[in-house]
Amino acid sequence: MWRGTLGPSEVVVGVLAQGRRWFGTVMSSDTARVHLSVQERIEKKRKAALTGGGQLRIAAQHKRGKLTARERLELLLDPDSFVEYDMFVEHRCSDFGMEADHNKYPGDSVVTGQGRINGRLVYVFSQDFTVFGGSLSGAHAQKVCKIMDQAMMVGAPVIGLNDSGGARIQEGVESLAGYADIFLRNVMASGVVPQISLIMGPCAGGAVYSPALTDFTFMVKDTSYLFITGPDVVKSVTNEDVTQEELGGAKTHTTVSGVAHRAFENDIDALLNLRDFFNFLPLSNKDPAPVTECHDPRDRLVPGLDTIVPLESTKAYDMLDIVHGIVDEREFFEIMPNYAKNIVVGFARMNGRTVGIVGNQPKVASGCLDINSSVKGARFVRFCDAFNIPIITFVDVPGFLPGTAQEYGGIIRHGAKLLYAFAEATVPKITVITRKAYGGAYDVMSSKHLRGDVNYAWPSAEVAVMGAKGAVQIIFRGKENQAEAEAEYVEKFANPFPAAVRGFVDDIIQPSTTRKRICRDLEVLASKKQTNPWKKHANIPL
Amino acid sequence: MAAYRNTPGFQRVLHAVKHVCFSKQRCGVIICRYSTVYDPNEKVSLIIRVIKTCKKMGIKTVAVHSDVDSSAVHVKVADEAVCVGPAPTSKSYLNMDAIMNAIKQTGAQAVHPGYGFLSENKEFAKRLAAEGVTFIGPDTHAIQAMGDKIESKLIAKAAKVNTIPGFDGVVKDAEEAVKIAGEIGYPVMIKASAGGGGKGMRIAWNDEETREGFRFSSQEALSSFGDDRLLIEKFIDNPRHIEIQVLADKHGDALWLNERECSIQRRNQKVVEEAPSTFLDPDTRRAMGEQAVSLANAVKYSSAGTVEFLVDSKKNFYFLEMNTRLQVEHPITECITGLDLVQQMIRIAKGYKLQHKQSDIPINGWAVESRVYAEDPYKSFGLPSIGRLSQYQEPLDLPNVRVDSGIQEGSDISIYYDPMISKLVTYGKTREEALKKMEDALDNYVIRGVTHNIPLLREIIVHPRFVSGDISTKFLPEVYPDGFKGHMLTAGERRELLATAAALYVAAQLRSQKFLGDLRVSVVPAESRQWELCVELDKGVHMLGVSRSGNNYTVEIDGEKVEVSGEWNLASALLPITINGKHRTLQCLLRTAAGEISLQYLGTSFKLRVLSNLAASLSKHMPEKVPEDTSSILRSPMPGSVVAVSVKPGDNVAEGQEICVIEAMKMQNSMTAAKTAKVKSVHCKAGDTVGEGDLLVELE
Repeated sequence: MWRGTLGPSEVVVGVLAQGRRWFGTVMSSDTARVHLSVQERIEKKRKAALTGGGQLRIAAQHKRGKLTARERLELLLDPDSFVEYDMFVEHRCSDFGMEADHNKYPGDSVVTGQGRINGRLVYVFSQDFTVFGGSLSGAHAQKVCKIMDQAMMVGAPVIGLNDSGGARIQEGVESLAGYADIFLRNVMASGVVPQISLIMGPCAGGAVYSPALTDFTFMVKDTSYLFITGPDVVKSVTNEDVTQEELGGAKTHTTVSGVAHRAFENDIDALLNLRDFFNFLPLSNKDPAPVTECHDPRDRLVPGLDTIVPLESTKAYDMLDIVHGIVDEREFFEIMPNYAKNIVVGFARMNGRTVGIVGNQPKVASGCLDINSSVKGARFVRFCDAFNIPIITFVDVPGFLPGTAQEYGGIIRHGAKLLYAFAEATVPKITVITRKAYGGAYDVMSSKHLRGDVNYAWPSAEVAVMGAKGAVQIIFRGKENQAEAEAEYVEKFANPFPAAVRGFVDDIIQPSTTRKRICRDLEVLASKKQTNPWKKHANIPL
Repeated sequence: MAAYRNTPGFQRVLHAVKHVCFSKQRCGVIICRYSTVYDPNEKVSLIIRVIKTCKKMGIKTVAVHSDVDSSAVHVKVADEAVCVGPAPTSKSYLNMDAIMNAIKQTGAQAVHPGYGFLSENKEFAKRLAAEGVTFIGPDTHAIQAMGDKIESKLIAKAAKVNTIPGFDGVVKDAEEAVKIAGEIGYPVMIKASAGGGGKGMRIAWNDEETREGFRFSSQEALSSFGDDRLLIEKFIDNPRHIEIQVLADKHGDALWLNERECSIQRRNQKVVEEAPSTFLDPDTRRAMGEQAVSLANAVKYSSAGTVEFLVDSKKNFYFLEMNTRLQVEHPITECITGLDLVQQMIRIAKGYKLQHKQSDIPINGWAVESRVYAEDPYKSFGLPSIGRLSQYQEPLDLPNVRVDSGIQEGSDISIYYDPMISKLVTYGKTREEALKKMEDALDNYVIRGVTHNIPLLREIIVHPRFVSGDISTKFLPEVYPDGFKGHMLTAGERRELLATAAALYVAAQLRSQKFLGDLRVSVVPAESRQWELCVELDKGVHMLGVSRSGNNYTVEIDGEKVEVSGEWNLASALLPITINGKHRTLQCLLRTAAGEISLQYLGTSFKLRVLSNLAASLSKHMPEKVPEDTSSILRSPMPGSVVAVSVKPGDNVAEGQEICVIEAMKMQNSMTAAKTAKVKSVHCKAGDTVGEGDLLVELE
């Protein structure tokens, strides 16, 4: 309710009939004037907030091939669903002339609020590069923290659209404090609500750690960069000549560093894909994995799978062919498709229900596990477990990759991450051994021993300590008739029976029936309840 | 069924036919052992075809296979299967002892030998005879006589069959070829003596082309057939290719089962066939039939065979060659005559006399066959493509449609053979009915994972020239002088396509808002909504208004309203819909989150992009991605192997100069420079295997 000061020139204003009932019954002409000017100011501020850094800067942003913070939100969210917070927040810096009116922008350099994606709630912040290059002020951070706090409270995901030059240098430690406030919330929200970062411009220095703490980081090709220090500093410190794109472009982070999970062609492509991706995720750790309407018959047979595994065990095939054949409508949202390609991870649906898919990829490095693929797999499995998404694992793994590069790099502790992730996961776990499951890698890949709920083998499965040749060289060292011994070993172990007779696989199934079996199992396991012993937190070998 | 029971005798037929495994190492072996190159898929489809008839006749079948083929389709459909050895052909399919053992072990009384392979081996025939096992097919003498083009022409001449003027001997070298060509008069055809299926065949219009053609043909003939003998004959310009099916028994009787019109060809390989021909009158038909029968008699032919003729515009016909196997296009003859040719072959092999007299052979209705290939019709009417059939669905639920294939969902199509997927046959009381049925069948045929030629087939059968019967072997180059470009949309068709894409987009959008059992979703009142969309097609941009009532969509395009309705099953490969009251079957090939939609419409696949008006209006700010300059880059247009590279870095090449030769599916393709320039780098060498789009040579 509007409150004015009552002065001596009180008059009864006869405007009730004109509908300005909310003024109250008694007011002075001064306060009316004050009020009107407040109205104007509100409108003015709103208008200013909507144009961010002004038309010139908007044109410059467009010229760079980038959309503005608000245009991005409009594309990301359902029409008319965005509810904005803190449009009137301004920065509080008074040094270096920042206190001047022309240096104040309502809303400062970020747009925050909540909205809907296909009807489902999401909290968003979108950094505005047209205001001080999207740099992070104390006020900016405060706005971001506010929506994160609320997202955690109501249980809804947070999506950050990053386009910021870095810290607001004029603010000094205030800006650094702001980063830390956000980092803390990223950590607190981790495992509570899904957090997604979409890098749509520069993101450098301390700023990079917020995306790094979130569950998924996506990038826009050619217009986004992520690095701790830029090319100039690199040059002065290490004397390396490197471009922004080489140092921290989308290609670098999706193929070499593994920092980003996927890259898209441009802003529009990225935002539309993000909408699609959002549909796979539950709103919070208290919500079940979403189930959408499904037109693909749950009992569909996939005849192509009966012949997909080549009869020669050294020949490769594409694990993605299996995944596409089994999931709903061949739709698979692959995570990190160009990094550590010897393991395939991503989201799909089975009879409408979101599932996480993990599969060894025989086409790349024979599908063996190495440092990068273990870490990639582990992080994905932990996300699924945190957010009630069942995990389906397709196993064709000849073992861990040998060699000094791997041992020196710490394959032991990195491989342990994947083992750890599968073992601690309490969501429904279904495993299909399509061909090789050798050695320790057999144990790691969601085996029965790590509480796999349903473990299947295809007739082509071979569960053994190692391949026949190696095994025979050890068992029959120095003996003749190696070939004969090898044949015996193959006969004994290169088939699903040794595992099946011990109950380590629940059934040997015809590959073409795999979809049908998994859909049925997921229905059964939907009510699965399993808890790990109480602990403050576990100690995954980081 | 009664007819089949008249043919007792065999309890078991052994199919000693090869299904080839597709890996590289082994293919080298197969090519040099085969006297005729035919693709393994087709072989398997023939075996399956034979097994089907055997089943009807109550004959049990045994398939032989190697270790690696144990899951091939023919093995699954046969009553029994015997493994005759490990993967290498010399140890399995070519291992006569193993096959004889299989015969003994199963008690088979007859052998259908398939193509090539043991079918022409006299030793094998002798061993079968010694065991009292019947060989289904013509005897080896006839096969050899007709398999050689030079000998067959001499025999035909002697049997008073019209032949093409030409040189009957083997041509020694390029210079002799030029001399002979001069005598016969240009144009001339140079072809491999042992050839078939258009391999090793070249047409020359002058001396220079004769020399070049001689070189290419002898190379191809050598690599395809292991025999580089060539012959030359007059080339009949603009002819039709019409062939007569004959059936002869072991008692000297023979019948002709009418003709098949096979004029629609690309690079001398048949694409669309029909029976009967629109061109033949009863007199010409009889004259051709009688000559075909007299040729069969001349070589004491028994079993089913085909005599191919070229027919010029004045209905003069010339003998081309005789095929001694059951041909790919045999089903259309079966459709119009009602005979089961495989059944007849089995009866004949057993020594029965022909069941029918010439006067019993009818022409009932019309049959059309389309050869469905895994190839890209936009490149020279069909360059091979490879891949795994990720989805495959034959239109068998339609009446009067027959599909003969040897593949299944999940099959791999490799680069080493003719990439035939299937033969699709439709039948009708009239030609019009058969063609209409073919349209439906092609629209309902789902093939994903490899590029296929359905766009071309679908265009041919509705082309006014084809529909009126005005065709020749030149049909494709004449109708599409600049190459095949896909279906050209009329304004009305364009609206139908745009409307379908828009309706599909909205249906998908609405479904993505349907979460089952989730109370936290705020309900969008979709029913009342109106969508303003922007659809891109071939660089044209259209603003569309869409409104919905249940499954019916009204789409407004440029002031015109289009009504689209359907089930909108987003998982189905087929999209059967009604557009303005007309029933159509489209296929959705691709639908992405970013609004890209690919639809197969009237056979051709069209790429569209559907965006909300908002997204479309913001699109103008998106950076242009610069496409690669292709004039200085030579990429392989198809998967294959490099036969020869004729340049090295630093060479100067002229526009159109040959840079290298790529061989795929036994065809050699000369790759030429797109501009005059210096060679910057060469990324391949002879013997390399290259994929489609692989960089071969860079120019400066």
